[in-house]
Amino acid sequence: MIKKLHKKLMEREISSVELTEKYLATIEKKDKDIFAYLTLTKDIALEQAKKVDKKIEKGEEVALLAGIPCALKDNILLEGVRVTAGSKILDNYIAPYDATIVSKLKKNDVVILGKTNLDEFAMGSSTENSGYGPTKNPYDQNRVPGGSSGGSAAAVASEEAVWAIGSDTGGSIRQPASFCGLVGLKPTYGRVSRYGLIAMASSFDQIGSLTQSVEDAGIVLSAISGKDKKDATTVDFFDKKFEENLEEKKKNLKIGIVKEYEKNLSPEMGKKMTEVAKFFEKEGVEILEIELPNVEYSLAVYYIIQPSEASSNLARFDGIKYGLRVNDEADSSFSESGIPKTLLETYLDTRRYGLGREVKRRIMLGTYTLSAGYYDAYYIQAQKVRTLIKTDFENAFEKVDAILTPTTPTPAFKFGEKSQNPLEMYLADIFTITANIVGVPAVSVPAGKIKIDNKEMPVGIQFLGKWFDEENLLKIAHIWEKNKN
Amino acid sequence: MISKEETKHIAGLARIGLSENEREKMSEDLSAILDWMKILQRADVLAVSLMEHITGLENSARGDQVEIFEKSEKLVKLFPENKNGFDKVKSVL
Repeated sequence: MIKKLHKKLMEREISSVELTEKYLATIEKKDKDIFAYLTLTKDIALEQAKKVDKKIEKGEEVALLAGIPCALKDNILLEGVRVTAGSKILDNYIAPYDATIVSKLKKNDVVILGKTNLDEFAMGSSTENSGYGPTKNPYDQNRVPGGSSGGSAAAVASEEAVWAIGSDTGGSIRQPASFCGLVGLKPTYGRVSRYGLIAMASSFDQIGSLTQSVEDAGIVLSAISGKDKKDATTVDFFDKKFEENLEEKKKNLKIGIVKEYEKNLSPEMGKKMTEVAKFFEKEGVEILEIELPNVEYSLAVYYIIQPSEASSNLARFDGIKYGLRVNDEADSSFSESGIPKTLLETYLDTRRYGLGREVKRRIMLGTYTLSAGYYDAYYIQAQKVRTLIKTDFENAFEKVDAILTPTTPTPAFKFGEKSQNPLEMYLADIFTITANIVGVPAVSVPAGKIKIDNKEMPVGIQFLGKWFDEENLLKIAHIWEKNKN
Repeated sequence: MISKEETKHIAGLARIGLSENEREKMSEDLSAILDWMKILQRADVLAVSLMEHITGLENSARGDQVEIFEKSEKLVKLFPENKNGFDKVKSVL
């Protein structure tokens, strides 16, 4: 899609301003129902589009992404524009600088249409936890778009953006991509700088893309990856063009299917997986059953380490340095009337009124698992089991080039279906969280539709690749995608 | 089982004010989640070291050089209250 639009721009079939206006018109028409965007950056977008048009007019060379409208998840800083992270505690927070990936996108002359909705601080799998209301799934507005990057997914699926940036801590790019029929790529931990991403769980967080094709995912990754001295986890690698040579197929390709996941498959998803495996065998790819003996612990490991890290990262939202400060005594259930509010009460009240239910739950969970007396039993134990899971993957990747799983246990669920029961919501992440636990890259690719309550809803399949081997991962995903088209 | 008293204590440590109702629901939720995490005790980790860094980085440090952040005025403006370029807060003591 991106290369096609690039060609049109270069051949002056359409100008960037026209393209941008077209997308802005679609947003105007559809977004009051879909609610993909929290903030629109119309002026910035049009100004950027004009700049690109001038460059093209002058015959200057422009990047593949130049002049093409995209959306940015609202937990990533775009200087001068409000950034909420989906939370009321940051309702009036104006980003004071650009995230590293935003600087990179600006260098590529990308047109940014606006900031998309998400579960508060990216904690959730449905956008139902957004402090601003949920985003709807464009395929069925009674259903969730997935989360936490649900706004980004819905924006692309409803043609309110050509592609979008998301962040993925436990599946927050891949699960909504699967629910909205898109390609969602979470790169290897360390591939993309997180400077300027509002931190949630720092040992899992990674920035990636939601796109309409594997090639588009490659183009975006080439633009945003690389070492950044402002994110010490980023790794030095030669610049790669991930979108090139996608047609190349490695000889003796082997793909693994996880034995332990079989019991988690619904009959429909089971059928889908058999269909996919058969396709690859026809393509001359060897399908092997692999064992990940410790994968059953993934959810528990994730939901100990993630809240622990989040409780620490979110300690900064206390009403002192930025965002909401609840100072008014009338709001307090703690201070007695007539007695001035203390600093402690400012903390307690700010967090009480500024944070949503799920965020409070995870901060408290993390506070508990890190507290004296419980630290060893929960946090340390989880980090040890994390080592076991990583070893499982190291062993598996000696036998196979990639691992194939469904992206989600089911297609998009309905609003309210899981929101009252946190454990049930957490189970929606069962296939996606392992990539974050072990740090490998993973991509969700559309795999047709499944009929549910008389609606055809998209589902995705997921490929997990070796550490820093996005190149082969995208090639494998492309084999499947080509067949679909 | 996390009692309502324990929930209150954790909320205090986390600096989160909770209403009575919230406390009750939270103690139920935390109990259910922590109960479910007991599955981890089954894993044999006797000879396993804990995960320190997922891609194996060690001592990823940069030079200790001062860099001036030129937009500090913007940061001051983001304080909920500011006075003479400082963040104005309630008295600490």
